Amino acid sequence: MADAQPILPALVISPERESSRPLVQVLHDWMVTVDHKRLGLMYFSYGIVFLVIGGVEASIMRAQLAVANNHLVSPEVFNRLFTMHGTTMIFFAAMPIVFGFANYLVPLMIGARDMAFPRLNAWGFWMSALGGIILYFSFIGGFGLYGAGSAPDVGWFAYAPLTSPAFSVGHSTDYWIVGILVSGFGSIATALNVMTTILCLRCPGMKLSRMPLFVWMNSVMAALVLVAIGPLTAAQLMLLIDRYLGGHFFDTQAGGSAVIWMHFFWIFGHPEVYILVLPAFAIVSEVIPVFSRKPIFGYSIMVAATVSIGFISLGVWAHHLFTIGMTSYANAFFVASTAAIAVPTGIKIFNWVGTMWGGKIIYQVAMLFCVAFLCQFLIAGLTGIMLSAAPFDWQLGNSYFVVAHFHYVILGGIVMAVFAGTYYWYPKVIGKMMNETLGKWHFWLFVIGFHLTFDFMHIPGLLGMPRRIYTYEASRGWEIWNVIISVGVIFQAIGVLLWVANVIWSYYKGEIAGNDPWDAWTLEWHTTSPPPDYNYAEIPVIRSRRPLWDLKHPEDPDWKYE
Amino acid sequence: MRGKVGMWCLIIAESAIFSIFVVAYLYYAGKSPSGPTPAQVLDVPYFASICLFSSSLTILLAEKALHRGNIKQFGLFWFLTLALGVIFLLATGIEWYRLIYHDGLTISTNLFGTTFYSLVGLHAFHVTVGAIGLTIILLCTLFGAVKQEHSARISVFAMYWHFVDAIWVVVLSVVYFITR
Repeated sequence: MADAQPILPALVISPERESSRPLVQVLHDWMVTVDHKRLGLMYFSYGIVFLVIGGVEASIMRAQLAVANNHLVSPEVFNRLFTMHGTTMIFFAAMPIVFGFANYLVPLMIGARDMAFPRLNAWGFWMSALGGIILYFSFIGGFGLYGAGSAPDVGWFAYAPLTSPAFSVGHSTDYWIVGILVSGFGSIATALNVMTTILCLRCPGMKLSRMPLFVWMNSVMAALVLVAIGPLTAAQLMLLIDRYLGGHFFDTQAGGSAVIWMHFFWIFGHPEVYILVLPAFAIVSEVIPVFSRKPIFGYSIMVAATVSIGFISLGVWAHHLFTIGMTSYANAFFVASTAAIAVPTGIKIFNWVGTMWGGKIIYQVAMLFCVAFLCQFLIAGLTGIMLSAAPFDWQLGNSYFVVAHFHYVILGGIVMAVFAGTYYWYPKVIGKMMNETLGKWHFWLFVIGFHLTFDFMHIPGLLGMPRRIYTYEASRGWEIWNVIISVGVIFQAIGVLLWVANVIWSYYKGEIAGNDPWDAWTLEWHTTSPPPDYNYAEIPVIRSRRPLWDLKHPEDPDWKYE
Repeated sequence: MRGKVGMWCLIIAESAIFSIFVVAYLYYAGKSPSGPTPAQVLDVPYFASICLFSSSLTILLAEKALHRGNIKQFGLFWFLTLALGVIFLLATGIEWYRLIYHDGLTISTNLFGTTFYSLVGLHAFHVTVGAIGLTIILLCTLFGAVKQEHSARISVFAMYWHFVDAIWVVVLSVVYFITR
C-alpha cells in the first residue's frame, strides 16, 4: 500500500499566483475565502492584532502601577483597562490564535483537503471578528457618541451586581455582553467544524490511535468548547434579560442571586483555561519530539491524560469561589478535583521530559520556547496546587499572587507554546525560514522580561497587594516589586516587537524552506511549502503514527513495531 | 455522515445552553418573594405536548418515505410535522396571553416569571427556528426540488427537530411537574 506507491505531494502545474493581481481583487479573495489555510491565517493575524492591543493596555496599567500614588490614568480608565485587557486577551487574542493553529494544521495533519464545513468555517471566523469589533466599538459607542470613551469597566468576569442597570449605566456592559455572545457563536461553529473534520475526514490508515497528538489535543479542545461556551452564552442571555426586560436572575432584591452568576461564569471560565492550554500542549507535543529526534514518549498515556484533563476540567470551576463562602462539602469537593487535575497534567510534563531524555536535542528557537514552556508551566502548576487548597486561597484569593499564577499559565505556558509554534510552522505556511538570530534575541528578551514581571509579581501578592487597585500608598513595602514588575514589561514588549519584525522580515528575506526543513514526521511536512489550495494531489495513505519516517526509512518503518 | 456528526456537536452545544437555564429554573423554584406562583397560574399543556411529541413520529415517517423515494408521502408527513409544530407554538402563545393579561405574570413580575419565560421562551424560539426550516423544506418539496438523494440531508435536519422535542420532555417535567 503506502510503501508501494509514494504519495504525490502536489501537482506540477500550480495555479497562477496572486502577486500579479490588483490589490482590491486580492483583498476580495481573502474576504470571501472558505479555504481552511487562509481562514487559519486570518484567525492568527486577527489574534495577533488583539494581542498587541491587549499588550498595550497591560503596559499602560503597569506604567500606572510602577510607582506609588501615581496619577497617570484615572481610576475609571484603570477599571476599563483591566476589563478590556482581560476580555481582549482571552476572547480575541488567545482563542483566535489557537483556532488559527487548529484550522490551518488539523486538515493537513490528517490528510484532508479542507475542513468538514468550509463555509461554516468562514462564518465562524467572521462572527469572531464581528465580536471583537463590537467590543472595541464600545470605546466610542458606550454612552452614545458624545462624551469620553466608555469601554466596559466591570472586570472580565463581570460579577453581578456590578452589571445591573443601577451600577452599570449606559451601554458599555452591553457591548461586553453582545461582543462575547457573538464571538461565542463563532467559537461553537469552529469547534463543531474541528470535531467533525477529525471524526470524518481522516485519510485512509489514519486510525484514532495513529493521529498526531496535535490532532488529539485539538479534538479535546473542540469538545470542551462545545460544552463550555454554552453556559457563558446562557448566562449572558440571562444578563441581557435582566438588563433589558427587567428580569431578576441576578437581582438580589427580588430573590435572585449574585453568586449564581459566578457559578455560571466559571462553569465556562475554568474549562476555558483548558481550551486555551490544550492547543499549547498540542504544539509542544509536536515540537519536542522533532527537536529531540525521538518519537513522543508514552503516546497512549498522553492521549488518556488529555481526555481525562478534558473531563476533570468540567468539575473544578468553584475553586474560583472559595472566598465567597461555600459549604465545607463543596469546598472539599473542589479542592480535591482541582488537585486531581494536576495528576494528568503532571503525567504530560513527565512524558515531554521523557521524550527529551536521551534524545539528540537541537536547541533551535522553537525548541528553546518549548523548554521555557516546560519550566514555566511546571511552576504555574505548582502555584495552582497551592491555590487549590481552600485555606491558602482564603488568604491569597484576589491578590497579585493569583494574577501572577494565571499569567504564568497563560504567558509562561500558552504564549510560549504559540511562539514555538510560529517558529516551527512558519516555514510550512510561508515557505521561508524565520531568522534564528532575531529569534534568539526574541527568546531571551521575552523570557527575561517574563521572569522579571511574573516571578516578582508573586511577592506583592504575598504581601497583601490586592488585584485591580489603581494605585497604592508608598508605605506598604510594595514599591520596589512593582518597579521590577513594570521594568520586565519593557523587555517583553521589545521581544514581541522583534517577533513581529522577524515574521515580516522573513517573509521577504528568509531562506527558502523546502517541504520539510526540520526532518519531521507528520503529514503536513509532506506537501509543498506553502501547501497548494487542495493540500494533497492524492489523498495520502498511512500505516503508522509517523508516516514520513516510514517514507524516509523504508528499510525500518514504524508500522512494523506499532 | 459528516452532517450527522456536525448536528450532534450542535446538539451538545445547545444542550449546554439549555442545561444552564434548567439549573437556573430549578435553583430559583419557590424563591420568588411575591406571587403569582406556578401552582396558581400554570396548567399542564397536555394537548400541545402531545402535538409536539407526535411531530417526532410524523417526521420519522416522512424520513422513511423519502428514503423509499415516495415524495408525495414525504410531503404529506412533512406538512403534518409542520402543522403540529405550529399548533404547539399557538398553544404556547395562548398560554402566554392568558398568563400576561389574565394572571398578570410578565417576565419582570417576579423570579418565577423571569425563569419561566426565559426557559419556555428559549425552547419556543428553537421550535420557531425548526418551524421555519420545516417551512422552507416544505416549499422546496412543493416546487419539486426535494428528491430521494436528499434523504441523508433531510435526516440531519430531522435530528434537530427530534432534539427540540427531547428538550421539551425536560422542560415540561421541570416546569409543569417537578416544581409546580
